[in-house]
Amino acid sequence: MTERMSNRRPETGAFFRRDLNAHPPAYAPIYKTSVLRSPRRALLSLDGTLSEITGPVFGHNILGELDNDLIHNFAKPGESAIGPRIIVYGKVLDERGKGVSGALLEFWQANAGGRYRHKKEGYIAALDPNFGGCGRTITDEDGSYAFRTIQPGPYPWPNGPNDWRPAHIHFSIFGHGFAQRLITQMYFEGDPMIWQCPIVRTIPDRAAIERLVAALDMEATIPMDARAYKFDIVLRGRRSSLFENRLEGN
Amino acid sequence: MVQSLDRLKESPSQTAGPYAHIGLTPNFSGISGVYESDLGVAMVNEKTKGERIAVKIRVIDGSGTPLKDAVVEIWQADAAGLYNSPSEMRGAADPNFTGWGRQATDMATGECLFETVKPGRMPFPDGRLMAPHITIWIVARGINIGLHTRMYFGDEEAANAEDPVLARIEHRVRVATLIAPRDGDTYTFDIHLQGERETVFLDI
Ligand SMILES: [Fe+3]
Repeated sequence: MTERMSNRRPETGAFFRRDLNAHPPAYAPIYKTSVLRSPRRALLSLDGTLSEITGPVFGHNILGELDNDLIHNFAKPGESAIGPRIIVYGKVLDERGKGVSGALLEFWQANAGGRYRHKKEGYIAALDPNFGGCGRTITDEDGSYAFRTIQPGPYPWPNGPNDWRPAHIHFSIFGHGFAQRLITQMYFEGDPMIWQCPIVRTIPDRAAIERLVAALDMEATIPMDARAYKFDIVLRGRRSSLFENRLEGN
Repeated sequence: MVQSLDRLKESPSQTAGPYAHIGLTPNFSGISGVYESDLGVAMVNEKTKGERIAVKIRVIDGSGTPLKDAVVEIWQADAAGLYNSPSEMRGAADPNFTGWGRQATDMATGECLFETVKPGRMPFPDGRLMAPHITIWIVARGINIGLHTRMYFGDEEAANAEDPVLARIEHRVRVATLIAPRDGDTYTFDIHLQGERETVFLDI
């Protein structure tokens, strides 16, 4: 945790105001579970204090060799997970367009049949004995990341009488400040289920939803092995002090 | 027309869903052998400086039921009030204290327990001191965007009385929603997502 990820000067400014209109509201009755789990009162607005502009940073020492390979990290030796093999790659950027180095990404997903390895999972699709469903990686100096997995399947879930999740991968991201903490989901280009999903539709703005749809990138595929999807993630930007604190600005 | 500011927009949040444990606490969820241990389970070691405490957290929904599928993260300063973060410019934090913890709430009781140290005080941007506090972030199925709040300490009445963040709370009856009572070495903090006792959540 103490390892400095970068030789860049650490940023210490407060974060840009979060545009809550581009996020789902807490209370979104089309997603029924949100009804009893949503705060109803106004949030207390606070400009960043030390408690939010700082945040934990993780060193590469936490990573195991197969953490970014979901095809193999749970599989028996010599075996691999079943499903369409894909590479997911992209960058973690901030709202100023700068790559976020040393960002820990954690991801989890259903198997190719749409089944999660979880006690509470009720879908009848089969478990894949060689697929666990979790992985993680840390971004490079320029914010780049990549991992290998299988394309997850869609699955039904109890909400409306016949709601299905589009194929998706869950992402958890740490930037450099705790105020940047974000969990989101990646969807796949061309999936018609995206526009039917109540969880997707908690996001009020179509353009914002499109920012969660990864593009198929045939130039980044590994021929005869894996296709590639590009998924960039944007975290909140930080104000820099252009004048009064010039040495710490950037 | 004017020149563009060339800004990107933050990626929208989506719920962590019912299976967040698979990604965030896989060993807790029964997926062993992928990671040695779940990240954030240990914040302290035998050399950590400061007063050892435990913090017991529950997240309670609008029907009064504790969430049994939530993941709670905490972030705090060390005993001297320093954060273990590259953005901490005031000095080096205790290298034996991570400052960050993550726990899943218990699938039977809805409780989670953090073994940590009591944090020191640190300045608000205008230089006034904040009272000791722990920053908390909650995700779960049904929570569309992670919720930020803070826990203050019930036995720090004087410091709490001059805390600049608590002072901002217009409805003074709500200040108590951020203060955890102490019993022995354990602080108990119930977070109410909605209702009469809705916790003050922060837009930071
Ligand atoms: Fe899912």
